[in-house]
Amino acid sequence: MKLLLILPIILPLTTAAVGLLCWRSIRAQQVIGLLGAGGLLAAAGSLLHGVWQNGPMALQLGNWPAPFGITLAADLFSAIMVVLAALMGFTVALYSLATVDPRRVRYGYFCFYHFLLMGVCGVFLTGDLFNMYVWFEVMLMASFVLMALGGEKEQLEGAIKYVTLNLISSAVFLTGLGILYGMSGTLNMAHLATVLPQSEHPFMVTTVAMLFLVAFGIKSAVFPLFFWLPASYHTPPVAVSAIFAGLLTKVGVYSLMRVFTLLFMGDVAYTHTLILIIAGFTMVTGVLGAAAQGEFRRILSFHIISQVGYMIMGLGLFTPLALTGSVFYIMHHIVVKTNLFLVSGVARLLGGSYRLERLGGLSLSAPGLSLLFAVSAFSLAGIPPLSGFWAKLILIIASFKDASYLIAATALLVSLLTLFSMTKIWAAVFWGEPAVAADPQPLSGRRRAALYVPIILLALITVTIGLGTGPILTLAERTADQLIDPRAYIRAVLGSVQ
Amino acid sequence: MTSVILATATRYLMPMLLLFSAFLLFRGHNLPGGGFIGGLVAAATFILHSLVFGVGETRKILRVRPVKLMGLGLLIAMASGLVGVFTRAPFLTGKWYELVLGQGDKWHVGTPVFFDVGVYLVVIGATLIIILSLAEED
Repeated sequence: MKLLLILPIILPLTTAAVGLLCWRSIRAQQVIGLLGAGGLLAAAGSLLHGVWQNGPMALQLGNWPAPFGITLAADLFSAIMVVLAALMGFTVALYSLATVDPRRVRYGYFCFYHFLLMGVCGVFLTGDLFNMYVWFEVMLMASFVLMALGGEKEQLEGAIKYVTLNLISSAVFLTGLGILYGMSGTLNMAHLATVLPQSEHPFMVTTVAMLFLVAFGIKSAVFPLFFWLPASYHTPPVAVSAIFAGLLTKVGVYSLMRVFTLLFMGDVAYTHTLILIIAGFTMVTGVLGAAAQGEFRRILSFHIISQVGYMIMGLGLFTPLALTGSVFYIMHHIVVKTNLFLVSGVARLLGGSYRLERLGGLSLSAPGLSLLFAVSAFSLAGIPPLSGFWAKLILIIASFKDASYLIAATALLVSLLTLFSMTKIWAAVFWGEPAVAADPQPLSGRRRAALYVPIILLALITVTIGLGTGPILTLAERTADQLIDPRAYIRAVLGSVQ
Repeated sequence: MTSVILATATRYLMPMLLLFSAFLLFRGHNLPGGGFIGGLVAAATFILHSLVFGVGETRKILRVRPVKLMGLGLLIAMASGLVGVFTRAPFLTGKWYELVLGQGDKWHVGTPVFFDVGVYLVVIGATLIIILSLAEED
């Protein structure tokens, strides 16, 4: 049972290590990469099942008791995030077979890909703040390499911005950790949750909360700390963009939601209102930024920012319904956004470019792809009955119930502008005259399968979430309940110590 | 530019340095030392060799690619953690066993040593990858 908690970390580690042993053999790395991702997906699925059945679980690494050793803990939120990470890990690994060139694979693309997944799962599963910092670093190191691997000029430029901003964020995170440890003498999250409310310096707790807000804010690309994202996400190979877009900012959002539901609850009127304001600005700037872009992946990158706004809007409102909306939104967004990036890669293969003005007429030459794009794009914009509609609906109902009309209006307006952006891509890429492709590459059957199977799978999930909202909503509701009332989580971690 | 003195000294130094690195590795269990510093000393040994005889020669005496040392090290370190799991304890729990060697000798062996051996190999691999590639660049 407890093995389930560690499997999402040691499976990618094993995969990456075996990949290192098969260095230079492209075929072996591809097979191992895909098998490892499949294994991770299975492990993540059983973890979610276990947490759903038995409530939050905790594992004390090395058998050191809770506030002293490193704890791994999974409540429903962690388990959902691990499942999403594994799902994206698997689909994008499959997609990588067709899109990542042999040279990059030879230099360890799949190894770093799995180190990245290990870091991401580690952040989701850890119950200790310093350990979370370590997992962040594991994830960032791997992402730095993936970002720069291949060494194209544009890539390196993007990588420099990405690395610099993320290092600043790590430094701020570490500063916050230092102050927090000096103040409370513990970094175990469950223990902190019991210690912080009795702190003698509530204003210091709020100060630390702001440091964490900045650190995780940079990582999740919220206003006004988002500028590294659109400057870098369009530079690496599309599979890398897709996995980054799907997972990395959401790791920041996860951390924000974790610390601002479990730890920093002393001054909700101040901290969470600030988060709500940031959410509004994030939505608006992201979507306006997207409207000004003319490159497929840059438009999508700006939309990540605007969507992150929706996710932390639920956190800012901080009611059970709003948190349900946030969790639902994250589930919907990761699937849809990754899929849109995957579609952009296929459009690039068929049309020879990411620039909107150089693409066109794909609805004639690739009607299937157009349909798949439409599913994800309309879902992103929130057209019923797709997943994005329900996600936005829950959040907007929550904001009306909370009498936060301004944020509700912002959310509605932004979703209209999202539709505008998606229509722009649709009109430029799929309608119009077929553009003359620079090098229309004929696709072999297997390559075509590796390209389309992930996209179809993710589109089906989007539709399923949209049509079968009930079970997903129940899942999100129970997750939100656990976030609002973390007693079960704390009990799982601290056990009898409390 | 190879100096005879350096080349001769290196031949004598290398076994001693490697022994010293192993000493550091195993001493680290209870005293200052350990896989990281032992690995650095071992890597330094091969770097000294590459300075004297050239990177090509060093790769030849290494026999394995440094990157494979890293993979192997990671697997060993992880396997040492899994020993705990197979005895129904959490991952990374330290376990100690007594191996009877006969004639009244016993070997007191624990999983942390294997974790350290994993670290040792990863450090050698990583350091050599970096330095040997840089040395080849010129």
